[in-house]
Amino acid sequence: MATRRVQVEQGLSQPGRARRVRLPPAAAIAKAPTGIRGFDGISGGGVPLGRTTLLVGGPGSGKTLFALQFLVHGARDDHVPGIFVAFEESARRVVANAATFGWQLADLKKKRLAFIDAHPAPDLVQSGDFDIGGLLAALEAQMRATKARRIVFDAIDVMLALLPDEASRRRELYRLHEWLLAHEVTAVITLQSGADESQATVQQPFAFVQFMVDCVVILNHRVVQGVSHRDLRVLKYRGSGFDENASPFLIGASGLEVAIARSPGRAGVPVSGERVSSGVARLDTMLGGGYYRGASVLITGSPGTAKTTLSGIFAEAACARGERTMFVSFDSEPAEVVRNLASVGIRLDRYVKNKTLRMVSARLITGSEQTYLDRITTLAAEHDTRCLVIDPMSTWSRAGLELSAYGVAERLTDWAKAAGITLVCTRLLDEMPGPLAGGAPLHISALADTWIHLEYLVQAGERNRGLSVIKSRGTAHSNQVRELILGDAGVTLADAYTAGGEVLMGTLRWEKERAEHLATETAEASRTRRHLRLDAEAAELEEQLKSLQVQIDAKRAEMALLAHATHSGEENRSQGRSRMRELRGADSPTAGRKSGTA
Amino acid sequence: MSPPGRPKGEYRSAPHEGTPVRPLAGYVFRLYVAGQAMNSAQAVANLNALCRSHLPGRHSIEIVDVFREPGRALADGIFMTPTLIKLAPAPVRRIVGTLNQTPTLLLALGLEAVAA
Repeated sequence: MATRRVQVEQGLSQPGRARRVRLPPAAAIAKAPTGIRGFDGISGGGVPLGRTTLLVGGPGSGKTLFALQFLVHGARDDHVPGIFVAFEESARRVVANAATFGWQLADLKKKRLAFIDAHPAPDLVQSGDFDIGGLLAALEAQMRATKARRIVFDAIDVMLALLPDEASRRRELYRLHEWLLAHEVTAVITLQSGADESQATVQQPFAFVQFMVDCVVILNHRVVQGVSHRDLRVLKYRGSGFDENASPFLIGASGLEVAIARSPGRAGVPVSGERVSSGVARLDTMLGGGYYRGASVLITGSPGTAKTTLSGIFAEAACARGERTMFVSFDSEPAEVVRNLASVGIRLDRYVKNKTLRMVSARLITGSEQTYLDRITTLAAEHDTRCLVIDPMSTWSRAGLELSAYGVAERLTDWAKAAGITLVCTRLLDEMPGPLAGGAPLHISALADTWIHLEYLVQAGERNRGLSVIKSRGTAHSNQVRELILGDAGVTLADAYTAGGEVLMGTLRWEKERAEHLATETAEASRTRRHLRLDAEAAELEEQLKSLQVQIDAKRAEMALLAHATHSGEENRSQGRSRMRELRGADSPTAGRKSGTA
Repeated sequence: MSPPGRPKGEYRSAPHEGTPVRPLAGYVFRLYVAGQAMNSAQAVANLNALCRSHLPGRHSIEIVDVFREPGRALADGIFMTPTLIKLAPAPVRRIVGTLNQTPTLLLALGLEAVAA
């Protein structure tokens, strides 16, 4: 009751959280984290706490490493002391073999990690039935000394094989299991399965173990077409949900790493509306401004369709913006890529020099596609990459199964999105009639946000490179096939001319361009001529206008002169008349004037 | 016999003819058992019978119960019970099981010639 109230209180304070918790926490199975990247995700937190987990796998499948990593994680990170019981190899060799993972076993051995060498001596003579009482007693003593809560039994089958019959093997395993349950330690038992099989039914003698334990994990190591593949699968997990599919894993620098296809972090990744230039201005226009930041871009095309060039120009543009970029080349050496791209005016060398750009040759990586992914993500993280180019991805799927290659592509895009990395991948499509007919086998085409297809278009006896945007999520994009031209100055997209429903390219385009150019020139010339003529006419008229103006002025001057002359004559005359009248004195001046004017 | 100071198992008092403590050219055995387990009891009986018939008067047996002395099981690396260790004469040998397959056992203990 009290706990219930506490829960309700918590629920009130954190409403979002309360909704998710359906069962009281006590009912949920407690788990012991293994520290194996990915496995804890698959299993929902690790192996069952205080119970027994069985690891089944063939030789070299990574059982011992898994078990050891589980102990090391407990001892080092959670301060849970552990015991490693080695039946197959001597404890010293187990420690030596694990030295490469940087777990500081020697350090841990002193404090919280005990190794028990239960490897049967080669000269051991067996006479009749026996039991594992000695082992249990030894474990009891060890647990008393170190308070161990985690125990690993590595290759317990080695000891069981000494038992004379099936009944006694079963009896001893049950004895062990009972003991483990009674002591509530979290145990991991590894068991060999048949050398080959992936379907991983445990070898008959020990099949019952699967029913006995609470959790069974199957580890596989296969070689498909010469390429090694590791995966693991949780077969059962009492009282807990788990990811039922096989998940590829690899043995990396710090131990086992399991790849989870559905990365839980994906959902919360902020989606960016920012655009990133593709490096080709006209392509940016076609895409409505460029790629989205954090988008996955796929460039497909036949050999020689300038996929590398297009991805190289993206890298150059990214570097020019000062964004840290990584260029992973599967085909050629980095120096070759730089040199080849320089021939079309893409100068990457300066960015390599100032360390903005990191060139990686993936030819040095061997292993499954999961190994590639891991190496690339590690390198990208080291370089603090914002833009990543992988050229080409196709080599990748060659190194793997179709199905797992899909998983890798999915994880790659998920990873890039989660990290906010803009990813440009190229992919070779050979012998393909059209991109939609065959589909890109790596299925990244379905996962890519933007898919640019490059193809050769044969027209009038020429092969020209055509570029089309097949899809681009969330952006309006041009539907036109454009001609891609590689020149000394870089990459450009030519103006598109359509004639009879075909886009003209190469010489045809050139002819069309030329014709258009000529027509423009002619029109321009005639326009100029007309302009000149009109100018001349206008000038002529203006001239005429000027001379007429002069004439008008002359006439006006004459008229003014004339008017002046008339006026002064009149005055003279009237003055003369007044004077005469005065002289004669006959009339009054007023009257005389009156009459004079009348 | 056994190193001094170490506690003896409960089977220490099992009847084996009151042999001298460390006879010359004698056989020194240490038998690890797991409590009252059936196969451990069998091993004790079988070892006693063998010593009676093949090594009268020239052997000593120390019996260690791992449940009473788990520390010894851990220190001595005894994980399977019963385990018989022949400490002398050299070479030291370990024999696991109920000790009921007499020919194998005799061969392992180098007792065939003695028996013949």
